[in-house]
Amino acid sequence: MDGLSFDIAHLLAGGLVLVSFLMLYQDRLYALLNIFALHAVVLALSVAWQAYVQDAPHLYITAAIALAFKAIVIPVALHRIVQRLGIHREIETVVGIGLTMLSGIGLVALSMVVMLQVTAEADPLAREDLAFALAVVLIGLLLMTARRNAVSQVVGFMSLENGLILAATGAKGMPFVVEISVAFSVLIAFIVVGIFLFRIRERFDTVDVQALDRFRGERP
Amino acid sequence: MSAIPFDPVAFILAVPLAAAAILALLPGYRITARINVAAMFLTLASAGLLFVADRPAPNNYLLVDDLNIVFVALNAFVGFTTSVFSATYIGHELATGRLTPTFLRFYHAMYQVLMFAMNLALVANNIGLMWVAIELATLTTVLMVGLYRTHEALEAAWKYFILGSVGIGLAMFGTILVYMAARPVMGEGVGAMVWTELMVRAGEFDPALLNVAFVFLLLGYGTKVGLAPLHAWLPDAHAEGPTPISAVLSGLLLNVALYAVLRFKMLLAVNEGAIAPGPLMVTMGLTSLVFAAFMLYRRRDIKRLFAYSSIEHMGIITFAFGMGGPLANFAGLLHMTMHSLTKSAIFFTVGHIAQVKGTQQIADIRGLTASHPWLGWGLVTGVVAIAGLPPLGIFMSEFLVVSSTFAREPLLAIPLVGGILIAFGALFYRLNGLAFGEPRGPTPPTEASHAPMVAHLALVLVAGVYLPPPLVVWFQNVAGLLG
Repeated sequence: MDGLSFDIAHLLAGGLVLVSFLMLYQDRLYALLNIFALHAVVLALSVAWQAYVQDAPHLYITAAIALAFKAIVIPVALHRIVQRLGIHREIETVVGIGLTMLSGIGLVALSMVVMLQVTAEADPLAREDLAFALAVVLIGLLLMTARRNAVSQVVGFMSLENGLILAATGAKGMPFVVEISVAFSVLIAFIVVGIFLFRIRERFDTVDVQALDRFRGERP
Repeated sequence: MSAIPFDPVAFILAVPLAAAAILALLPGYRITARINVAAMFLTLASAGLLFVADRPAPNNYLLVDDLNIVFVALNAFVGFTTSVFSATYIGHELATGRLTPTFLRFYHAMYQVLMFAMNLALVANNIGLMWVAIELATLTTVLMVGLYRTHEALEAAWKYFILGSVGIGLAMFGTILVYMAARPVMGEGVGAMVWTELMVRAGEFDPALLNVAFVFLLLGYGTKVGLAPLHAWLPDAHAEGPTPISAVLSGLLLNVALYAVLRFKMLLAVNEGAIAPGPLMVTMGLTSLVFAAFMLYRRRDIKRLFAYSSIEHMGIITFAFGMGGPLANFAGLLHMTMHSLTKSAIFFTVGHIAQVKGTQQIADIRGLTASHPWLGWGLVTGVVAIAGLPPLGIFMSEFLVVSSTFAREPLLAIPLVGGILIAFGALFYRLNGLAFGEPRGPTPPTEASHAPMVAHLALVLVAGVYLPPPLVVWFQNVAGLLG
């Protein structure tokens, strides 16, 4: 692999981590959804670049899924759900923004230290991709735990999954990448359609997880 | 024996899948409940044939060996008895209007899809395929847990979904790392994800990468096993879903996730440079055991009580497999089998109890042995078994776990025995109120099928008194494989 294609792959993967950070400090749902769409676009570019560099045309399918489904369909659907259900537009945080950002930086440092040490023998592109991917996964986890709204938890899960797709495409020649991205898309579609439209709207006027937390059958 | 004209492996996968399609289309409760039972019976028969038929040579996707046959047979058996229990249980739910016919159709189809997914995860010879199957099983159970669409059921399904997805995501990352470790040795492509081929070459993999991969896999699949501190979804999912699903979750799905961990443990054992996975599993197992034992005391909901007891027992099983060696592995396998049978039997009785009493609150249930002798004594027997009293099967397997631990690591035996005794006390403290004393609340006559519960408890009793030698040989063989 020559220097330029390596640099571009690096740039795109690093961009994904950066966009993950953008998601961490959003306090409006619509803004969060827009940033997530950007996240998916960067992922699609990164996967398409990997497809080109590795000469693996099936990865273009994964890129197309990321672009069409995650950058367009899901954000639009979530926008409409937020509108239709009249969900609070502000995101309620568990931990303050500053602390969340600091933890995010810590997680990125952790994933660099762990992955770069462990994969010393792997080829440089795969190992740095993997380090970035782990950072995206961990920030996704952080986003899920540090936010109370169900919608932002779903967005956190989807960004986590983007990190996994990045790792899977970075692992050269890995089989089932397309199948896995389809499986994940089905999972996400299930959540968005099933849980929100059919289940939660029937009984709740809010999709705030704290409102779901009202009763657990344990309190006297 | 090549006299059998079909491939049992194909059958244990095709029967549930075909049944799911049929059940999704057919209306009517009686006929679909019967088809559900019939399909599970066919699956059980095919699983039985696996023992006698020629094993197909492992290909890139499917594998049958001594280890997974045990899991498949257990899966098919408990799946079958649960479908018998489910038929009466669901009839009552329809009569009381908690379920509508549309949701019933959905329920039966999902039950079969779950069976398909679990069987696929067990016979998969491919780490990617196994991951997909476990994801499918998670998805179907999430939908079933939310089936009643009450506040509590939705909250439980949501929590299960979030934690389950995180677990599945971490497991995916671990799977990718295993592939990355295998690729330099085995080349690109499907070959580097096939168990049988990975096991041959695992000694040459990069140990550091395998170590990190195992941590992710243990955390990921460990979430699904319900190991503390990743167990938070489990009590809610058990308490709020339909009881047949609680039985299948506790009895089977936890085992399937543990099977995945065991496969990766075997992979690491082949590589000399990799960390020993045992201590990690021992720590998580003991934490779950002790934590769940204490949590048992504060339960007010009967299904939650037994859900925490499942965490406790999965802790013991993980501990036993983490200790490793022929005796501890044997004990772990036996304990897993006994726990599946006993816990699903308990959920069968608890399901009927909650139906006749109209509540799951422990405080509102009193004197069951007087008002409903079958249910009451069934529950007593089940709790005696699960608490580990002789002569039932769990006593024997717990005794083996404890004695093998004493022989090798006496210090670890202290928290192990402590946890078991604490749980024992909690279970009997609760049982006393539930089963004895003056009956309280409504005592309508039961419309229950006792056969599945009796069958399970009879097997547990027989296993406690006498284990047939072929079974012992088989388990010893598998325990040797597990290393």
